[in-house]
Amino acid sequence: MSMIEFHDVEKYYGKFHALKNINLTIDRGEVVTIIGPSGSGKSTLLRTINGLELITSGQLIVNDYDLADRKTDMNKIRKNVGMVFQHFNLYANKTVLENITLGPTLVLKADKAQAEKEAMALLDMVGLADQAPKFPAALSGGQKQRVAIARSLAMKPRAILFDEPTSALDPEMIGDVLDVMQKIAKQGMTMVVVTHEMGFAKRVGDRIVFMADGQILEDATDVKGFFDHPKEPRAQEFISKILNH
Amino acid sequence: MFKIMFSNWDALLSGLGYTLLASVIALIASLIIGTAFALMEISLHKWVRVIGKAYVEFIRNIPLLVIAMAFYVIVPQFIMQMDGFTAGTIGLTIYTSAFIAETVRAGIQSVPNGQMEGARSNGLSYMQAMTHVVFPQAIKLVIPPLGNQFINLVKNSSVLAFVAGFDLMYQGKLIANATFNTFDTYLAVGVLYLVITMPMSYAMRYLEKRWHTA
Repeated sequence: MSMIEFHDVEKYYGKFHALKNINLTIDRGEVVTIIGPSGSGKSTLLRTINGLELITSGQLIVNDYDLADRKTDMNKIRKNVGMVFQHFNLYANKTVLENITLGPTLVLKADKAQAEKEAMALLDMVGLADQAPKFPAALSGGQKQRVAIARSLAMKPRAILFDEPTSALDPEMIGDVLDVMQKIAKQGMTMVVVTHEMGFAKRVGDRIVFMADGQILEDATDVKGFFDHPKEPRAQEFISKILNH
Repeated sequence: MFKIMFSNWDALLSGLGYTLLASVIALIASLIIGTAFALMEISLHKWVRVIGKAYVEFIRNIPLLVIAMAFYVIVPQFIMQMDGFTAGTIGLTIYTSAFIAETVRAGIQSVPNGQMEGARSNGLSYMQAMTHVVFPQAIKLVIPPLGNQFINLVKNSSVLAFVAGFDLMYQGKLIANATFNTFDTYLAVGVLYLVITMPMSYAMRYLEKRWHTA
């Protein structure tokens, strides 16, 4: 059962060719990590999946919705596909608890008390139950990101997209966030993760996708094998750079 | 000054009342209209943006007096009867709304884009994201410049004097003409304007401080 399908997807920003002939199928429950040098189109690819970026041509099916079809209601896709950002994007005017309950109460029409109960359970899961009444500005980066993950889980999504979730964090904060992500992966969530955390890719990823210049150059289910023996020269160069510095 | 003030107290008080009334009406109406046009200026639809921008550019580049005169002279001739107070207040509202639109637009656009993206990715519609996330943050940012607009509005309401709007300035003009004591009359008028604008200034500063720490 596929959750996300790219068929011959192209994406242009004006004349800039951001995504070139993308073909990729991600199954339900799969954890896919996407790596590659900056400017390779990783984030763009991720952002097309929930319609933050629109594709120029080709076919993109997410949770059985056709994203290339203008009639498709993007809100329905976003209801089912969560996203976690590099810079958290928590609602600055809401408390931690409200950050998590806003989506369920507004979009899923959940009962407020019920939403709060579930939000507290999620905060407990990410280890931040005591931070519920605080505003995001009072939290550390790692705490903010764990709240952001709880916020996207509160919508009970079919998949969660992670756009470099640990890149803006201090090194000592990264572990807590990756632990939470691993927990979610174990529960069977479909996850697409753009990351530089090779350890996470190896430990948690079912599959690794290497991108450069807007193309998918390698797509391997043997994640360890990919790191030991990347086939593509661009991938070899990239791996040696990040491992030997 | 005090002699003029006390011997014309009723006229000045009535002028002050009309100035206050025009200001309050124009403040509320221009805030609503201005916010609507601000939202139009940043709409996702191109033609809505064009209309919003056209309105703001057109209105804010015409003198207030010309707009007020248009409602006082042209509208009654071709469309409907209108007294000076109504014409002046409508003119003041429309003129101020263009500036409020620009202020509110700038405020909305200075809220980081990630707030909107985060909300949309969380499943909220554009309008939900605007009302619950972006707009409440924008309002805090625009309190100081909006305060300026409101104070300007009170002072600009003196345009009513030119369209027979019975406001403070209008009464001042009558008193000055009757008593020939121009200096003291306008001094009194000035003091009465301060009676409205100074508390506004302080209220705005208070709001700014309180919301800044929240």
